[in-house]
Amino acid sequence: MKVTGRVHVYARDHINTDEIIPARYLTSDDPAYLAQHVMEDLDPDFPKSVQPGDIVVAGKNFGTGSSREHAVWALKAAGVEVVIAESFANIFYRNAINNGFLIVELPNAPQHFQTGDQVEVDLTGGTLTNLRTGQELHFSPLPDFAIQVREAGGYLEYLKAKGGSQER
Amino acid sequence: MSMTLAEKILAHKVGRDVVRPGELLEVPVDWVLAHEVTTPAAIKMLEARDMDRVWNPDRVVAVPDHTVPAKDIASARLYQRLRAWVQRHGIKHWYEVGRGGIAHTVFEASGLPAPGEVVVSGDSHTPNAGALGTFATGIGSTDLAGAIYAGTIWLRVPETLRIELKGRLGPGVYAKDIILEVIRRIGDDGARGMAMEWGGEGMASLSMEERFTLTNMAVEAGGMTGIIPADETTQAYLREKETPEERWHCFQPDPDAQYAQVVEVDLSQLEPVVAFPNRPGNGHPISEAVGIRIDQAYVGSCTNGRISDLREVARILRGRQVAPWVRMIIVPATQEIYKQALREGLIEIFVDAGATVSYPSCGACLGMHTGVLGPNDVCISSTNRNFTGRMGHPTAQIYLASPAVVAASAVTGHITDPRTLEPITEEAA
Ligand code: SF4
Repeated sequence: MKVTGRVHVYARDHINTDEIIPARYLTSDDPAYLAQHVMEDLDPDFPKSVQPGDIVVAGKNFGTGSSREHAVWALKAAGVEVVIAESFANIFYRNAINNGFLIVELPNAPQHFQTGDQVEVDLTGGTLTNLRTGQELHFSPLPDFAIQVREAGGYLEYLKAKGGSQER
Repeated sequence: MSMTLAEKILAHKVGRDVVRPGELLEVPVDWVLAHEVTTPAAIKMLEARDMDRVWNPDRVVAVPDHTVPAKDIASARLYQRLRAWVQRHGIKHWYEVGRGGIAHTVFEASGLPAPGEVVVSGDSHTPNAGALGTFATGIGSTDLAGAIYAGTIWLRVPETLRIELKGRLGPGVYAKDIILEVIRRIGDDGARGMAMEWGGEGMASLSMEERFTLTNMAVEAGGMTGIIPADETTQAYLREKETPEERWHCFQPDPDAQYAQVVEVDLSQLEPVVAFPNRPGNGHPISEAVGIRIDQAYVGSCTNGRISDLREVARILRGRQVAPWVRMIIVPATQEIYKQALREGLIEIFVDAGATVSYPSCGACLGMHTGVLGPNDVCISSTNRNFTGRMGHPTAQIYLASPAVVAASAVTGHITDPRTLEPITEEAA
């Protein structure tokens, strides 16, 4: 499975959920509304400039902070296809997997890209190609569980298909 | 095979002798804690998929806290969605507005959680309950929906980072300084995805309230959970809260358990720590913060809104006045704490000093209501996060510290080391 998109580079560590979607918008869980404000405290131009299929590149510990899944919904509804970061915060990582939202962990991620680059991501092969520089980079593909969840259409669909319930 | 505390709890829950870091498990949960910001979305997801059921309504604890009493129509709707669901499913433990407070703080004192249990909530400060020897972790709305539906969560067994405490805290130094110091040392992602296990001979000197402050902020170091093995202090607390003893599983980590990292903290050497904007890990000794002029001083949150925190604040405010240019806002974390503070005369001291006392809720901790910061405001806060925009306008600056530092700073109008305030004489007080 391959996706190609335009990159927005934020060469910073610890981009947190308050920056991705501030609490002042949390009285809504409508993804389209959240998308209008996505990352606005980090980059006020981002909600206007982001296009469907775009890719966000960042440093370490992306998505740190709150458990708000609104962060994933906002990015997804804004059209972001993949986030490539050096590492992800635990809850953001879970939320991404549960939503079938694509995330790639890549060492020194921001060093390999400039904003505006076109990048091709081969998720099954675990390679990224920067179409401007021709550079090819490798990452560890998502765990099997994450792929099963994505194929089921999300974690709840996965759970429902299993029919599992723990009765007490 | 030797195991850490987190590994022991997870092995017990899945009925295995041993689990190892990295293994993916489906873990039965004992408690689901639910508030009105992330739970309504989970309910909506379940309804949309024809999965609207609750695996065990007796094991769900619902406490609206982030925007209650409703700050606007949208938050009133969130609250209504939570309450309608609670009624529809007969959720047993429901804390109505005016009868609860901040969910984590209500839960810790409810007598419900017991050592060895697994707690999840759609909130990142869920590790708060880990001070009771539970495995408690924050999750998003989809995971929350899954837990409500099936009573399980998926998780990878975390590696464990061990924090070894020795010595005792000196005067004017608090649990908040310990956790800010640990995050400063290991970094904002120093425990990313790990269990932070606390122990060592220094633990015995810390009260339950202090311990909740330690595990509460696990997520500020990236931790999946923060956890403290149950000891005599824990057991005395559980008895006081009437937690049925047959539910206690006071597992202890094995002496030769494998840790990803061991961090040693000598409590007797600690100084007050102030986390500068915009990261909790950006801690500095208080000497580097002294003199920074503030506009707002905030005491509250699930980290530091407990009775012991309010007593420290009252000790400092008694007979003193909040500086003329400072707005001081004090938010008891729960109704019970509020009542206790009334009984002890603390609220009167706050009001006399010129502080505003607000109703128990998350308040301005996350910039939704009750003290939201404006452009360029500078705030010293007893909360847990100082991210850009966390408490309001993105240009506002938030410094994190213990309630005592917040109170001392409110009095002088500049960040102040509480140990340097002139004592107040009996007559003046
Ligand atoms: S008090 Fe603050 S940190 Fe605690 S649950 Fe409420 S918003 Fe979150």
